[in-house]
Amino acid sequence: MGDRYHSVFDIIGPIMVGPSSSHTAGAARIGKVVRKIFGTLPEKVTIYLYESFAKTYQGHGTDIALIGGLLDDEPDDPRLPQSLERAKALGIDVQFIPTDEVAEHPNSAKIVLEKGQQKLEVLGCSIGGGNIQISEVNGFKIKMQANQPTILIVHQDLHGAIAKVATVLAEQGINIATMMVSRKAKGDEAIMVIEVDEKEIDASIEKMLEIPMIHQASFFQS
Amino acid sequence: MMFSFSSNIELARGGTNTMIKRGITLVFHSIKELVTLAENAGSVSEAMIQVELQRGNMTREEIWGQMDHQLSVMEKAVARGIEGVASPTGLTGNDATRLMHYIEKGNFISGETILKAVRNAIATNEVNAAMGLVCATPTAGSAGVVPGVLFAARDQLNLTREQMIRFLFTAGAFGLVTANNASISGAEGGCQAEIGSASGMAAAALTEAAGGTPEMSSAAMAITLKNMMGLICDPVAGLVEVPCVKRNALGASQAMISADMALAGITSAIPTDEVIAAMYKVGIQMPTIFKETAEGGLADTPTGRDIKMKIFGVDA
Repeated sequence: MGDRYHSVFDIIGPIMVGPSSSHTAGAARIGKVVRKIFGTLPEKVTIYLYESFAKTYQGHGTDIALIGGLLDDEPDDPRLPQSLERAKALGIDVQFIPTDEVAEHPNSAKIVLEKGQQKLEVLGCSIGGGNIQISEVNGFKIKMQANQPTILIVHQDLHGAIAKVATVLAEQGINIATMMVSRKAKGDEAIMVIEVDEKEIDASIEKMLEIPMIHQASFFQS
Repeated sequence: MMFSFSSNIELARGGTNTMIKRGITLVFHSIKELVTLAENAGSVSEAMIQVELQRGNMTREEIWGQMDHQLSVMEKAVARGIEGVASPTGLTGNDATRLMHYIEKGNFISGETILKAVRNAIATNEVNAAMGLVCATPTAGSAGVVPGVLFAARDQLNLTREQMIRFLFTAGAFGLVTANNASISGAEGGCQAEIGSASGMAAAALTEAAGGTPEMSSAAMAITLKNMMGLICDPVAGLVEVPCVKRNALGASQAMISADMALAGITSAIPTDEVIAAMYKVGIQMPTIFKETAEGGLADTPTGRDIKMKIFGVDA
């Protein structure tokens, strides 16, 4: 049997707001990653909940945790339990829609963020012990666990886009650990998910945004 | 020297610390290997620290500081729970306070240390149910047992802060083997995997804190896991409240008794690794209605279904 747990802090930890590592801590982490991708505070949040999330989200504080994450709270932020009130005070319109639909994972949520013309749709699942996976961004199927520093880029599917991004990273001394590219159709909008080893990459993101075919670049780490 | 994988592992003893030669991978995949590592390192906690160091992500000071932080979070959760908290559903809360008053009266049947462990465990899980801050040990639903036992032991054994931090490394070491060879998830292995594992971890760590050998710690864990074997996960309304809070309480009491038994020289007829393997097998053989789906056991009683109806407006 493969070892799934490596660190003593996988067992004595994480530190988190209760009551459930999968339904609370994982949900907060999903919210936080979605916020990082969106890059700013949304005006409107619509959250579709699936299966176990749909059935027990209130009792487990999954709703509170997801919104806390969207407000940039860590799973151990003591303000997390007041996230719904805080979102209201910030004028954010929040709506939860439990659905009967079957999802690929029992603990799944589709989060739709809106601000003016800007819109983002992300599907996230909580896969256990506070670990998460992002499976879809704006209709792109991806697989992202967000436990390594990650760059997410939305770009035009044109020749040279990937090379230019790779060049920026090379020039800044950033090492690519894994990379995944996906597109809607030839020449259409495309997405890059790049896991890197370094944590200081603000300069690289700025340089990438200067490239004309790059629409959006965000960075996050947990 | 017997280590698991490489014959070239050498430990050079220097002062009170055990130095590890560069380029050697220190690992343990079984309790047997952990006990051997611990006998060479001087204690289970020291072996765990060295293995963690070997991962290369943190310095010794950072590792120690992180565990010190986990301990502080546990300490605050216990204090908050004893002060009195209730969950948003109202299903659990304030029992830690009740028990505190009962202990203060002094007219109890079992023993003060055990009752304190029970009180601390309830306190932690009541805070967890109330969306308070806890340290998952190994999960949030089983977060009460290890701190429950630890803070009761502090009073009884006059443990220093350093000894308390070491307690957590030891608990974590035994938990790692259980997590990798069986499970620590109720959804995978039932409550035996969650509160069972937590209780075994606490028993082993308490044994070491009280001066027992690594072998005695191993026996304490085996004794606990054997009695928890087959325990189902049947949360009422799917919430981490009923029966989770009280199972943490009784898990903590069992950890204390198991530690005393091991310290008395009582051993386990079935080796600890075989007990863990049996627990894994039982978890696989357990029907899914008993694995955190809230479809069996206490969740499927008339009152359990009523509670679910009242909270979520749907029948179980």
